[in-house]
Amino acid sequence: MTEPAKIEIRDLSFYYGSKQALKSISLACPANRVTAVIGPSGCGKSTFIRTLNRMNDVIPGVRVEGRILIDGEDINAPEVDVIDLRRRVGMVFQKPNPFPKSIFDNVAYGLRINGLRNARRIEEIVEKSLREAALWDEVKDRLGDNAFALSGGQQQRLCIARAMAVEPEVILFDEPCSAIDPIATARIEDLIQKLKMSYTVVIVTHNMQQAARVSDFTAFMMLGDLIEFGRTDVLFTNPANKLTEDYITGRFG
Amino acid sequence: MERHFDEELKDLKEKLLRMAGLAEDSIAKAVKAIKDRDEALVRQVFEQEEKINLIEIEIDEVCLRLLALRQPMAGDLRFITSAMKIGSELERIGDQSVNIAERTIELLKVPPLKPLIDIPHMAGLAQAMVVDSINAFINRDADLARRICERDDEVDQINHQVFRELLTYMMEDPATISRAVELILIGRHLERIADHATNIGEDVIYLVKGKSIKHHIEERGCKTS
Repeated sequence: MTEPAKIEIRDLSFYYGSKQALKSISLACPANRVTAVIGPSGCGKSTFIRTLNRMNDVIPGVRVEGRILIDGEDINAPEVDVIDLRRRVGMVFQKPNPFPKSIFDNVAYGLRINGLRNARRIEEIVEKSLREAALWDEVKDRLGDNAFALSGGQQQRLCIARAMAVEPEVILFDEPCSAIDPIATARIEDLIQKLKMSYTVVIVTHNMQQAARVSDFTAFMMLGDLIEFGRTDVLFTNPANKLTEDYITGRFG
Repeated sequence: MERHFDEELKDLKEKLLRMAGLAEDSIAKAVKAIKDRDEALVRQVFEQEEKINLIEIEIDEVCLRLLALRQPMAGDLRFITSAMKIGSELERIGDQSVNIAERTIELLKVPPLKPLIDIPHMAGLAQAMVVDSINAFINRDADLARRICERDDEVDQINHQVFRELLTYMMEDPATISRAVELILIGRHLERIADHATNIGEDVIYLVKGKSIKHHIEERGCKTS
């Protein structure tokens, strides 16, 4: 692969206590591309994506080996500020999780805790983020409403807007459409493809068709091993590994 | 793990086999009709072509349905797209047999020009290529498929030979021209049948290897992926 890597993972192993969840994984996520991670339940895909912004740190008894480099810098190095890392590497979760605040305040939240005080500037960024998340037209007249008044698909786009407001470089999606309907899913997928103009995207999904639709590169994992990684069009038409073939054609899993 | 989907793919395979059997038989009948001057065989070629056309439509419908409803991936996807292409190659083979049969109707109205040797030989080769191309498809045998592509050259050579020989007849005696032209065209139809078998061979290689060898793309150093 000749494209410049934004995230480079080298020999990454991950343990929950004595249980090894990731087994010496190496791959590179190219900048401004969507990389999808697929695999059967328990294959380690969610664990994997959580290592990229150190969301696993909060779980007691875990251990990371190997290196994760973002723009060449090791994100597990002692001098790295994990809050700053998570600002650079945003995340959108399976279930929409807006804060119990207004639509506006949800998006402004990250800006305020990062110390931005200029109200005009905050308004500008909130609008820009909501526009980028393709939600602005639906909420511009009711920014003061509680976020819970939105539909599930709208809440998920609000969470994407919230993630984008702090101008991250990478956005991680952990099964972003598993709790929303097909129409809302189509909108989010469309959005993910637009996002790659400005961000590097990594998405975990158990929906293979979704991976095939939205991603440029796909990683297939099984039982903590990376089985195959490559261009999505090649992986879904002519996978190199028999296990990949069996999984994506529904012979197991 | 046996999937319900595998049953549907098996049905598709069987349709193609049935179609290939008819196409192969049409070539044999078309050429035998010239050799034996048998008009009944000519009619059978026409009848078989109609059956072939109907199976082609069935195959297209099944493939489209499977693409839409099953959203096949990887080997399954290549199998279905190959089946569609092979279906249209077989349909073209049926058409070429009909073309031969139409020439035969004209030839049966006049006395034979000469004993036929090369054309039945060519027909035998083309027919064997069709049979092997379908066997290669059914057994996913890329080596057999590759050999079919190589055999196409032999058919081309005989076709050329047929042409040159008939040219000498025409030069010697203009009264032979109309019969010689019919035979030249029959040679041409058989040559096209061998080309369709070669195309099937190429489709099989794509099916098995996931790589296109069409139009000698590898030798020209083109990037295919």
